[in-house]
Amino acid sequence: MPKKRSPLPSLPDSPAPPAALPAAFADWFAARGWAPRPHQLALLAAARAGRSALLVAPTGAGKTLAGFLPTLVELAEGDGKGGLHTLYISPLKALAVDIARNLEAPVAGIGLEQRIRIETRTGDTPSHKRTRQVARPPHILLTTPEQLALLVAHREAAELFRGLKRVVLDELHALVTSKRGDLLSLGLARLHRLAPGLAMTGLSATVREPDALRRYLVPQVPEPVMADLITVAGGARADLHMLETGRTLPLAGHTAWQSMPAVYDLIRTHKLVLVFVNTRLQAEYTFQELWNLNDDGLAIALHHGSLDATQRRRVEAAMAAGVLRAVVCTATLDLGIDWGDVDLVINIGAPKGASRIMQRIGRANHRMDEPSKAYLVPANRFEMLECRAALDAVEEAAQDTPDPRIGALDVLAQHVLGMACAGPFSDDDLYDEVRAASPYADLTRDDFLLVLDYVATGGYALRAYERFAKILRGPDGLWRVRDARTAQQYRMNVGTIIESTKVKVRLARRNRTKPGAVLPAGGRVLGEIEEDFAETLTVGDTFLFAGEILRFEGLHEDEALVTRGAPGTDPAIPSYAGSKFPLSTFLAARVRALIADPFEWDRLPAQVADYLVQQRRRSVLPGPRDLLVETFPRANRHYLACFPFEGRLAHQTLGMLLTRRLERAGMRPLGFAANDYGLAIFGTRDLSERIGREPGFLGRLFAQDMLGDDLEEWLDESAMMKRTFRQCAVIAGLIERRHPGLRKTGRQVTISTDLIYDVLRKHQPSHLLLRAARQDAATGLLDVARLGMMLARIQGRIIHKALDRVSPLAVNVMLEIGRERVYGEGADEILAEAEAALLDEALA
Amino acid sequence: MALPLKLEKTHKAPGVTLAGETLALDLSGGLWLPEHRTLVVSDLHLEKGSAFAARSGQFLPPYDTRETLACLHEAVARLDPARVVCLGDSFHDAQGPSRLDVADRALIAALQEGRDWVWISGNHDRAVQDGVGGRFADILTLGGLTLRHEPAATPEPGEVAGHFHPVGKVAMRGRAVRRRCFVLDARRLVMPAFGALTGGLNVRDRTFDALFPGGFTAHLIGDGRVFAISRTMLTRD
Repeated sequence: MPKKRSPLPSLPDSPAPPAALPAAFADWFAARGWAPRPHQLALLAAARAGRSALLVAPTGAGKTLAGFLPTLVELAEGDGKGGLHTLYISPLKALAVDIARNLEAPVAGIGLEQRIRIETRTGDTPSHKRTRQVARPPHILLTTPEQLALLVAHREAAELFRGLKRVVLDELHALVTSKRGDLLSLGLARLHRLAPGLAMTGLSATVREPDALRRYLVPQVPEPVMADLITVAGGARADLHMLETGRTLPLAGHTAWQSMPAVYDLIRTHKLVLVFVNTRLQAEYTFQELWNLNDDGLAIALHHGSLDATQRRRVEAAMAAGVLRAVVCTATLDLGIDWGDVDLVINIGAPKGASRIMQRIGRANHRMDEPSKAYLVPANRFEMLECRAALDAVEEAAQDTPDPRIGALDVLAQHVLGMACAGPFSDDDLYDEVRAASPYADLTRDDFLLVLDYVATGGYALRAYERFAKILRGPDGLWRVRDARTAQQYRMNVGTIIESTKVKVRLARRNRTKPGAVLPAGGRVLGEIEEDFAETLTVGDTFLFAGEILRFEGLHEDEALVTRGAPGTDPAIPSYAGSKFPLSTFLAARVRALIADPFEWDRLPAQVADYLVQQRRRSVLPGPRDLLVETFPRANRHYLACFPFEGRLAHQTLGMLLTRRLERAGMRPLGFAANDYGLAIFGTRDLSERIGREPGFLGRLFAQDMLGDDLEEWLDESAMMKRTFRQCAVIAGLIERRHPGLRKTGRQVTISTDLIYDVLRKHQPSHLLLRAARQDAATGLLDVARLGMMLARIQGRIIHKALDRVSPLAVNVMLEIGRERVYGEGADEILAEAEAALLDEALA
Repeated sequence: MALPLKLEKTHKAPGVTLAGETLALDLSGGLWLPEHRTLVVSDLHLEKGSAFAARSGQFLPPYDTRETLACLHEAVARLDPARVVCLGDSFHDAQGPSRLDVADRALIAALQEGRDWVWISGNHDRAVQDGVGGRFADILTLGGLTLRHEPAATPEPGEVAGHFHPVGKVAMRGRAVRRRCFVLDARRLVMPAFGALTGGLNVRDRTFDALFPGGFTAHLIGDGRVFAISRTMLTRD
């Protein structure tokens, strides 16, 4: 909600003329010493003209009030009757609840509390209230994309939404980048059909391509159109710096321990500091380090998605109450709610993307007309480069938000079943409706029919399930859901967020009668860890969690039992501390440009400039579009290092493909390591010699056709592909997360989808869900699309350097060797090792 | 990361003995009894996919039967057994045979051609007693071996059973491998499930402590061969 400030000059480029506020509203603004801002009036004008509009504004511009103002005005002018008028959709249920609370003040201030009913509907809303909300809806309903999916699949949906006037989509830039955005777009397409004349209001932070969002808001059928655009320029320039401590940073590593005293000093000299990190484990580490330094006993808290919800709520409440001095947090605090008066943001580690960093900076000083103050804290010398590139990007307000999505077929399958639950439909009508949603605007009729067939009987070439069909086409040509049970199954499995299976972390009590043993019950739950991580722990391992060093005592049913580690113990399990967000293409290009241009180096910290000078002396610095490949021997092995700067995921995929090719070329590769910047492959044969002898060797090694057969072959057995498939299978309802009357654990789901994947791949490789998984792999875990762009870019631009030892640039990626792990590959190696242990036992 | 070892796929199965009989643990998940020229496979769970479709509306790929039969065909073609024993739960449910695709039915008939084919009855398919060729039995004795679906409460020496779908899990250096396995001590053998869509029960479950009170060795089916792994190296799920 707005804080006291003067309106900023900004020109809306909306075709609608400015609208005047009704007297009661104008009085309310005036009583607070406020004036309505131009964009708030512009949005009101668009609404009066019945037009949909996208409001792009920086944090603190009073977006939310702008979004609700037209609705409040219309309801104030109306007769107080009528059903649901406005639907508000936010990515976070907490945000929906928070906005509902924040609306109370203006509604009461304008004297509307008797006339306007505002309610929230989330997964936590009790079922009797949900039933009542459908029968007797409020004027304004605040909810989430999943709840919208359930509502439009409701049998009463047509009645409920008939009179709907407006949908307000908050944080739209964050909603549209995922399958959740696909699902939401389909729900909106249905709303457009149910409520002709419905207008959309999109609220977004600054994005690279607002036109994609403008299309998202309005139906793309019969022809592609865009919502009006209202832009609020600028806001105050951020007061942003790279934290330089004068200490030499290492060439690799993500902990930033050298900078912790400086970070602590910043906390001491500010009121409330948000310390952002990229992963949960970095959060744990940073929190631990800060506490070690905390001689002043400052109230520093920890906030990440794996912590117990009540603990997170406590931290949020403490922030709001102003009793905290700093919160170490992950992306969980990226979005939405203002929990307090943050006066400084610190981002530890690589920024990874310009738009992401701008969002985070915006968390400080949530007022548009005052500069947000922030520091970027690099953890190694490469991250210094990345921070410099990010600073430049912020300076230019350059954005790198992702491209608009192509709607996922698994999400469409879920939606089609939902639409059958709502009522009978004809395939022509639903096809037209679905293409109104911008992610699905280019959906072919053939693909739509494939999805329909999948929903009906599984989409198998072997027509085995006709008599069990979930949706059936009647003699009238309309499709209907089979029975109430199928509809119930749909409702229990709606949504696109597939959580990785987690186990609870519970403090165990020591068993007094049996030293060393623990009792499974009694202790409190500290939070949750991913099952993948829990599986790798053995009894006695120590690890960091919830700000403490914990000793793993074993798995008991669905829980990981732990005790507190003895004082002074070091966590033994090296947690993966890299970033889960890959370096954005945009920042990568900037980093390459920085490296290539020595005239830019005086803007870099001296230690980085020195490092680049060393690299130029010992090897070469590649141009911004080149790929540098170095080969060198080291300790009886031969190495190939290359630096595409395309992010860890793309590099891992590249590593898998290159080792296959080297294997075929008889070069005996042994393994590889990858990070966000480059890749190192090692083996027993002399690569420098081979490349020198065979001029076309490198060009062929990096040829684009590796994305053909080699990729296919590798994908087939890739564990990452299986995980991707699992997500599609769950979203599309092949495997249920929940079944009426049954409890199925994630563990069981994992097993069966792997088996299903193998069987399906062998017998029907063109199946819809395999296609969906491949589409995901292109942009998701394997980042094949990005790899493809890189391979195209470097054709004819590979610079090879045969060296007699490792170069400065290569050290960074060499340090990754032996650190990372890839799931599922090389099973026999593990088994052989376990078998050898048995042999040792026998011979002992 | 290190690359997978390049192991040649080998069907030369590790030989073990049980009640004086020589047993070969085949990479396919079957058990080969060379002296009897008999191939034993357990828990095929044919038509599991269609059983799910019929019961719960989850449309698992209807190719599990074909896939399972293809694996069986591979083993039969390679070993050319005089006798094939399906050790129970050959069908996922009693209606399984009636849902068999024509092509799959023909495949079964082709496999049975010229061989003694024994369906041992299991808990899932006790009601299946005809219509799928072969002969039916509850228990089969071959030399010193007793072949049955569920292990007996008091083990008789030389028992070969299925039913539990054992899998073993090895976790090392931050990676975990979970595979089907044979479980063996001096008295009895529990076979892995052969079916394409069959899940598994971890051998560290207490079920197996009761079956093998003196401990056991698990033979895990890898990609290239079968690995003998001691109980102490195996972890829970």
